[in-house]
Amino acid sequence: MIELIQEFFRQLAADYPRWNFIFFYEERQFDKVAEGLWVTVQLSVFCIFFSVLVGVVGAWMQGSPSRLLRMIVQGYIQFFRNTPPLVQLLFFYFALGQFTPTHSPDGWLEVPIISNVGWAVISLSLFAGAFNVEIFRAGIEAVPESTREASDSLGFTRLQTYGYIVLPLALRICLPSLNNNLVNLVKTTTQAFAIAVPEMLYQSVTIWNDYPSAQNPMMLVLFVVYILLVGVVVMSMNRWERAMKIPGYGT
Amino acid sequence: MPDTAWTPDQPIVSLKDVHKSFGELEVLRGVSIDVMKGEVICIIGPSGSGKSTLIRCINGLNDIQSGSITVEGLEVHDPKLDKLALRRKVGMVFQQYNLFPHKTALENIMMAPLKVLKEPKEEVAARARRLLAKVRLDGKEDSYPGELSGGQQQRVAIARSLAMNPDVMLFDEVTAALDPETVKEVLVTIKELAGDGMTCILVTHEMGFAREIADHIYFTDRGVIVEHGPPATFFKEAKDPRTKEFLSQIL
Amino acid sequence: MSARRPIPGLGAAPSTDLPVLLPFDRGKGRTPDIYLATRWLASLPPWTPLLILAVMLAWPLVAHAQGRYAYSDAFDALFRWMPFLVFEGFFFNILISFLAMAIGTVAGAALGLAQISLNPMLRRAAWFITQLFRNSPWLVLLFIVLLAFPFEIVIGGVIIPIPDWMKAVFGLSLPIMANISEVVRGAVQSVPTAQWEASESLAFTRRQTMWQIILPQCFKRMIPPWMNWYAILTMATPLCSLLGVEELITLSRQAMEGEDNHPELLVPFFGFALVIFFMYCYPIARATIWLERKYSVKL
Repeated sequence: MIELIQEFFRQLAADYPRWNFIFFYEERQFDKVAEGLWVTVQLSVFCIFFSVLVGVVGAWMQGSPSRLLRMIVQGYIQFFRNTPPLVQLLFFYFALGQFTPTHSPDGWLEVPIISNVGWAVISLSLFAGAFNVEIFRAGIEAVPESTREASDSLGFTRLQTYGYIVLPLALRICLPSLNNNLVNLVKTTTQAFAIAVPEMLYQSVTIWNDYPSAQNPMMLVLFVVYILLVGVVVMSMNRWERAMKIPGYGT
Repeated sequence: MPDTAWTPDQPIVSLKDVHKSFGELEVLRGVSIDVMKGEVICIIGPSGSGKSTLIRCINGLNDIQSGSITVEGLEVHDPKLDKLALRRKVGMVFQQYNLFPHKTALENIMMAPLKVLKEPKEEVAARARRLLAKVRLDGKEDSYPGELSGGQQQRVAIARSLAMNPDVMLFDEVTAALDPETVKEVLVTIKELAGDGMTCILVTHEMGFAREIADHIYFTDRGVIVEHGPPATFFKEAKDPRTKEFLSQIL
Repeated sequence: MSARRPIPGLGAAPSTDLPVLLPFDRGKGRTPDIYLATRWLASLPPWTPLLILAVMLAWPLVAHAQGRYAYSDAFDALFRWMPFLVFEGFFFNILISFLAMAIGTVAGAALGLAQISLNPMLRRAAWFITQLFRNSPWLVLLFIVLLAFPFEIVIGGVIIPIPDWMKAVFGLSLPIMANISEVVRGAVQSVPTAQWEASESLAFTRRQTMWQIILPQCFKRMIPPWMNWYAILTMATPLCSLLGVEELITLSRQAMEGEDNHPELLVPFFGFALVIFFMYCYPIARATIWLERKYSVKL
């Protein structure tokens, strides 16, 4: 069966030189595509996780009584929202990357403890996190003050009130905007290309640099992969939204 | 130390010359009230007379400028006060119910004992079911607040406060937001509670109800207590012209 | 290493005679204070983590100050290159953003109107194009345009070359087109249906209703999101450097090469790029929010 598919695409490439789906019959290229996809998925998952974490913590700090802390968080948000994510990536990886300590796992090479993938995760999480802080803050502000008072008078601490009452409610309010931002984040992971993170786009470019005849098929694959990834994010967020719907609340 | 000194023959809640202002606006101008264990106190008065502020000061939701409030010997506005100890003694029910909309009726009741008091789950669940039955809502365990009527939500809120085993219950205009036909079911619940010997402090507009259940009635106007007495004498022999005017409008 | 080291204040009731570690007495019959560590953390000023972060970030600057090529030299180099970077580099980014925005707006408006057309085929096609370009990464679109477009076109025997930066403009205008299309559709649909019914009852045709009644109403409402997309587009222009277009980032790298690639150059040069983009985009973001508030009040 597999050989049949391979034969089909080999024949296709011979008949139509511009449609060389090389990864379908050459194992090395297939591995590249698979690895690129895997790295993109991992990058997306880690960045989504950390950016949401940044958003939750940042929104909590924005509710703090300390003016200085609120100003710092505000500065962080404005800076990361109003500068290009690509330049942020370059700044983190090249400029800050030179200061990170190195270690030597094999005793020969000195490797920085934060790899380019690590910097991509840090940089993209901070970028998307800045938007998430704003999104969560808007959700938190939509939780009525009186609900917070009720949990206060039941003896919950500020942290408990935040964790058990405010956040679960705020999350439901801000899911649609969060959905948008996470889709944007998945799309922005392609920019890790700039620091040679071997994700989907990077692998595709190496393939079509080696085999110009594979250009069109690779573009097609890129379109399909990202539309699917975005589709997965949108669908799981919608499912989550439905699952979290409280009977009789809202609408 | 007052903490250890309290005995049941002393006032369980004691306010001495309490002053409270919001910025320029003086809301409480020297209020003193003593409540004995098992007593039912009703605070009445025109809106804006500081009734709600007064009751909110008792469990520390609002701070005060001078004077003292003690609950079972605990100084409420001592900065070193252990808030949890106070909140275990004082339960509060709000005008807007303030149930947690993302939790079922049963979960609303169980949450504080589980998370704040860290009591075992089975015990709390059994108690919560008993309390729901007590407020005549058995069968509504799994309903969300949004699926309950105002009166039902308010009774869940009462049960939620009772789950913390408080010694004093505060009711802040708990029937003001309800439909006329559901007011009664909430009042019946409070009456039963008072009959069980619970110390209750109510802010209310329901004069007939106050007359029926109160041991003592306080009339406040413009931040001071104008007149007080047991209902039998208070409603018939009011002396102060302000009280007379208020009662003539209400009754 | 002993496996169980007692941690003061955590676990079982601490037994110590140090007065500072005695559990905080919270009245009769209270459990011992197991939250000592949490309390200590909570008692720290809230900006402590940021202070640590600042020290961590500033540390390398201090540590490297001893080197041969000092940071002051790097900043001197930056000042020398600054006019070049701004006038040759950043202004080119702005030019790219203007052109891409112009193309994207015109195409997006047409696509958006097609999305609400009465012709179901046209509507579906417009929806598909919008979703395709809205959900694809910008960088992927840029690469595809760069590779798929010819480097020159022949019109009536005249050979017109298409330089890379023009392709980049076109590549950036695609996602803008798709997003403006959504803005137009959303704005038109936000006008209450009563307006349509009222104009229909006054015998306006659909075209007249659209152009003379609906669009003038939602034009104002489209300005804030339009500006928002312009800011996002401007921040996407550095992507062109990955395609070799000579904009700010490409020129910054060339300038650093011209200065012998000292690693000390990286912080000032990339930092400068961040700052200049911030200075350009932040006012736009503020104005967008301001306009949004201003227009939303009148709704």
